[in-house]
Order: sequence, then structure tokens, then C-alpha cells
Amino acid sequence: MNEAILTAEALSVGYRGQIVVADISFEARRGQILTLIGPNGAGKSTILKTLNRQLEPISGHIRLGGQELKSIRERDIARSMAAVLTGRPKPELMTCRDVVSSGRYPYTGRLGILSADDRRKTAEAMELVRVTDLADRDFEQISDGQRQRVMLARAICQEPRVLIMDEPTSFLDIRHKLDFLSLLRSLARDRKIAVVLSLHELDLAQRFSDLVLCIRGGAVDFKGTPEDVFSGDYIERLYELEPGRYDPLFGSIEGLPAEGVPRVFVIGGGGMGIALYRRLQRLGIPFAAGIIPENDLDYPVARALASKLISVPAFSAVDSASVSEAKESMLECGGCFCALSENGRVDKGAAELLSFAREHGILRQPENLDYLLAE
Amino acid sequence: MEDKRRGRYTVCYLVLAVLLAVLLAANIIVGSTHIDLGQVLGILFTRQGENAAIIWNIRIPRLLAAAMLGGALSVSGFLLQTFFGNPIAGPFVLGISSSAKLVVALTMIWSLANGLSIGSVTLIGAAFVGAMLSMGAILLLSGKMRSMALLIVCGVMIGYICSAITDIVVTFANDSNIVNLHNWSMGSFSGTDWGDIGVMTIVVIAGVFCAFLLSKPMGAYQLGENYARSMGVNIKRFRVELILLSSMLSACVTAFAGPISFVGIAVPHLARSLFRSSRPILMVPACFLGGAVFCLFCDLIARTLFAPSELSISSVTAVFGVPIVIWMMLTWQKRSDRD
Repeated sequence: MNEAILTAEALSVGYRGQIVVADISFEARRGQILTLIGPNGAGKSTILKTLNRQLEPISGHIRLGGQELKSIRERDIARSMAAVLTGRPKPELMTCRDVVSSGRYPYTGRLGILSADDRRKTAEAMELVRVTDLADRDFEQISDGQRQRVMLARAICQEPRVLIMDEPTSFLDIRHKLDFLSLLRSLARDRKIAVVLSLHELDLAQRFSDLVLCIRGGAVDFKGTPEDVFSGDYIERLYELEPGRYDPLFGSIEGLPAEGVPRVFVIGGGGMGIALYRRLQRLGIPFAAGIIPENDLDYPVARALASKLISVPAFSAVDSASVSEAKESMLECGGCFCALSENGRVDKGAAELLSFAREHGILRQPENLDYLLAE
Repeated sequence: MEDKRRGRYTVCYLVLAVLLAVLLAANIIVGSTHIDLGQVLGILFTRQGENAAIIWNIRIPRLLAAAMLGGALSVSGFLLQTFFGNPIAGPFVLGISSSAKLVVALTMIWSLANGLSIGSVTLIGAAFVGAMLSMGAILLLSGKMRSMALLIVCGVMIGYICSAITDIVVTFANDSNIVNLHNWSMGSFSGTDWGDIGVMTIVVIAGVFCAFLLSKPMGAYQLGENYARSMGVNIKRFRVELILLSSMLSACVTAFAGPISFVGIAVPHLARSLFRSSRPILMVPACFLGGAVFCLFCDLIARTLFAPSELSISSVTAVFGVPIVIWMMLTWQKRSDRD
């Protein structure tokens, strides 16, 4: 088991004596990523600010390497703990290299003059985060995403055992989000750093965390591995989503279904219906869908967006009851789209529905769904 | 790139040193009494001659005062700018100079009325009390006001109030004292004697040296308070040190030369632009040198332009300082617009 480096015990945090989150306990272990998730305003930042000593804890303990944080000297804390914060620093006339090298602060002498070793570590950190080409640029003239990476290089340069980050991925595009978190994983692994961060991107939290701390309603609502947290309907409860909005398997979210009785029936399955469901939902057209097995790729989206969904249990064949239910629904809708590719293989149920729709002359091409809007 | 930067810094320091030397020389040679260059050199080496008193007791103390106080003022401005994270902060616009002036004026008048003579150390003490009073007011207000612009306006207001009270006090003061007091309260390097120079040297050199020692935490503080803390800066202590140092330096200036406007903003900005850096370890010496150069230059103009009558030093520093400050605010605006 990895060594627990930063621990909170019965910690209450908040502003001016007003508690925002109470009774927090956790252990951040070296080599692991601990992620804070939870709705806006739940107090994730407040917790991180308290760990970073921007706020005094209201009660409880924070320990760094087993020692009470308050009793450790500033310089020693700085040698163990670095941070990447929200908010953009605006240092005047500093190059990115200057900013990164400021991470060497706790190691330099009285006047802060960098040694050859400090310069080498600065260069290494920049190489690691791949911002070497920005080294001589003015820090204020680079983009938000670049700035975030420079700040990470700065933190790495501080050679911490604990790295605290408040929503570090906010300004990054998806590629840099992925790079950033992959880098954190390897930093945690190779340098035995304990990473404590908050994330809004649940899909990323799910994929990159070792431990997830869910903050809600002024308390730690749940604490566990990503497997525990991202299963069932827990996330929907945490964020007070309506049932079916969030798919814990893929970490995707869907909007609300269009209101009203279904006006068109979609024959879907195998992931091929998803684009059409979303399109209909965007246009505000209520629809029915079928026949989708519960382990089908289409299922979570169809369940979230269709006003009526005809499904069968996972790994079971389409039965006659569901086929006749689908036919009935199709007639009620008065129109049918087939999302399955014409020349692809179609399962028995779908084939039966398709020919039923043709017989009744209600099969239409999805490209021509304008008639649904005209009304 | 690093080497290139180092080369630039060396050239900048050299330029400042040359300017300083030239202006020191000019301030010795030029004056309302015409003295030949040869004669000046003779007096410098022998301390004897017809005009030795003018050179040794008037011009040299005065130029030393202008150089040291100018340097102190710009370092004080640089410290305040670091503290507030804003280049428009300075001892004059924040009302610190004016309130120091008020307390010094009150002390002078009170002691003159009571027939006491007061030394320069007492005056510095009085100015320091005054500086701390308005600094305290500014700090209280800065907790309530998010906007730096509003804070500056408040500082300017405090400055006006203090100046108004000083004027009233000076008006009601004993006639015989007014001339002296009036001169001083307008700002001037004249009338500095060697005793003043001794005290001034100790205070200014100590203050600037301490400021130089603070350049490491100041550098960290430029990334913001929270990053500085996470790098191991003891924020509370650091802030107190900055406030005390900047107040002490500007108090010293006010005690000896009265309020001098805009040097504290204009010179640090010029230094930053010249060096293309804001690293405190470079800027503290650069501001000191730059302030010395700037004030020597302004004082030279103040006493020679309409000789034998003298301009107040503030009128000259304002004429040269204000355009620089406006230029600086424009570049600052551009910087803020980018976000």
C-alpha cells in the first residue's frame, strides 16, 4: 500500500467561521490521484484552499507526512507541497521560464539566485510538460491552456510530494486535457506524488482517479474508487439530475426528451440510432424507439431521449410480445424511421418491424423529417 | 537568451551609472553663481578658494540629498507597487507623502512655537507616523474596495485633505516661520546640511538594503499572494515588512524635502521598460539609481531654469513624471484588455 502523505481528519472548512463543508476525512497517498467532484458551490475549492493554507481550517486536522500542518515551517511545507490554482496570475514582464523557475523558490538562498542545478530542474520540468518552446515568451501573452501547463511545470519544479490543483483542466482543449491528466498519472507513478485535484469532467475523473471524494450538501457525500462512484444512479443523485440523464458506463450525459406523445417511431439498435435520437430531441420532436436490448449501444441514449422505449432484457432474443407492442406504437405514431443501414445485417425483430412499416406505407426516410416540423 | 538578457542588464546599469555621474558633475558645476570649471576642480580637491562654501556647503549636500531621496522615493514606489500588484501605486498618489507632510508641519510648528529646536531624526519620526496613518487608512479601505482605481482616488483625496490642513496650519503659523515652512511644504532639496546628509544616508541605505533583501519574496509575490504562500513565503510578515519599509523610505524623503510627486510611479516604470524585466533583484538597485538620476535632473532644472528664483521640485517632477505615468497607464490598459 502506498504511504499516506496528506491526511485530513474531521476537518471542517469554510469562510470566516462559516462552515462550508464539515467533517472531511481522507488520506491522499503517494502515487495516487484523489479527485474531488460535486456540484458547483459544494465546497471543492474551499477544501483545496484550506489544504493550500489560503484558508484556516475551522476545526479538525490536516497532517502532512504525519505532522500537523500548522506546526511545519513554511519552507518545509513548500518543499513538500505545490499547487496549481484557479485564477490567472499576472506577473509583469516575466517569461514562462521565469515563472517556472519560481518553483525553485524554497530551494534557493537568501536572494533567490538560481543555481545551475535549479536551472537544470527548470528545464527538465518544462520538457516534461512540453512547454520548452514557450520558455522565452512573455507569460502574459500565451493562451490560457498554455498558461495552465506552464503553471504545472512550475509546480513540478517545486519537487513536491503532494500536488494540489483546483480544476486544472478548465481551460484546456480535449487533447490537452487528456495529455494533462496522462501526465499527472505518470507523475504520480514515477515521482510518487500524491495528487489532489478537483474536476468538473466526470468522464475524466472516472478514468484517471484512484479515489473519488464526492462533495455535496456541506459534507463528503461518498468516498470510493471510480468503480464505486460511477455506477448505478449515484452520479445522478449527486448532481440532482433526472433519472437517465447520465450514463455511468460511458460518462455521457443527455438532454431532456421532447414533451408530448410520440410522433414517429425509430427502429434502432447497435449504436446506429443514437445520432437520429439526438437530432429528434434537438428539434423537439417526441419519438418512440425499439426494439432495443438493454445491453445495446443505443440503449442509454434511447432510454434518456425517447418518450416511449420498447426494450428487451440484455442477452435475450426479441420476443413476440415486444414486437406487437412496437407495431402498435408504430401505428399510433403514424410514421417510422429506420436508423439501421439498409444493406447491413438486421436482426429478426427489426426486419419484421421494417416490413410491417412498409406494408402500412408509413416508412419514411429520416432525411425527410421536415414534415414533422411543418405542423 | 539568458546571456542576451544579462548583457542587456549590464548595459542598462552602465547607462544609469553614466547618467548619474554626468548629472552629479552638472549639479556641482551649474548654479546661480557662475564658477569656472577649473575653479570647481580646484575647490573639490583643495576645499579652499573663493567659492568653496558654495560648492561644499550648498551644492554637494543638495545633490547628495537629491540623489539619495530620489532613489529612496522610487524604491518606496516599487515596494508599494509590488504590495498592491499595480504599477499606479506610489507614495504620492496614495496620500502617504501628504500625510507625512502634515504631521511634520504640525511637529515643526509646535516645536517652533515652544521654542524647541528639532533634529532631523525627530522629523523623520514624525513623517513616519504620518505615513503610517495614511497607509493604515489605505489598507482599511483596500479591504473594502476591490478596484485599485477607487483606492487610488481615495489616496488622492487623503492627499488633498492633508495638504489642505497643512495649508491652513501654515497660514496660522507664526509669521517668521512661514517662509521656511512654506518652502519645505512645496517640496525642495534646498537647505540640506551635512548633518541631514548623515542621518539621511543611514536611513536610506538601510532601507534600500532591506528592500534588496526582500527581493526574493517580492519575486514570488508577483505571482499573487496564494502562489507566494505555497512557495513558502510568510505572507503576513512579508506584508508588514513591505509596508514598514516603503513608509519609512517615503517618510524620510518627506521629512527632508517635503512631498515630491510622481517619482515613485514614473521611475519604476521607466526602469521596468528599460530592463524589460520586473525582477525585484534587478529593480531595487535600478529604481534607486534611476530615482537618483531623475531627481538630480529635475533639481538641476528647478534651480537653474529661472535662476536665481527656484521652482519647487514637485512642479518639475510633475512635468516630467506625469507624461510617463500617462504612457504607463496606457500600456497597463493594453495589458488588461488582453484578458
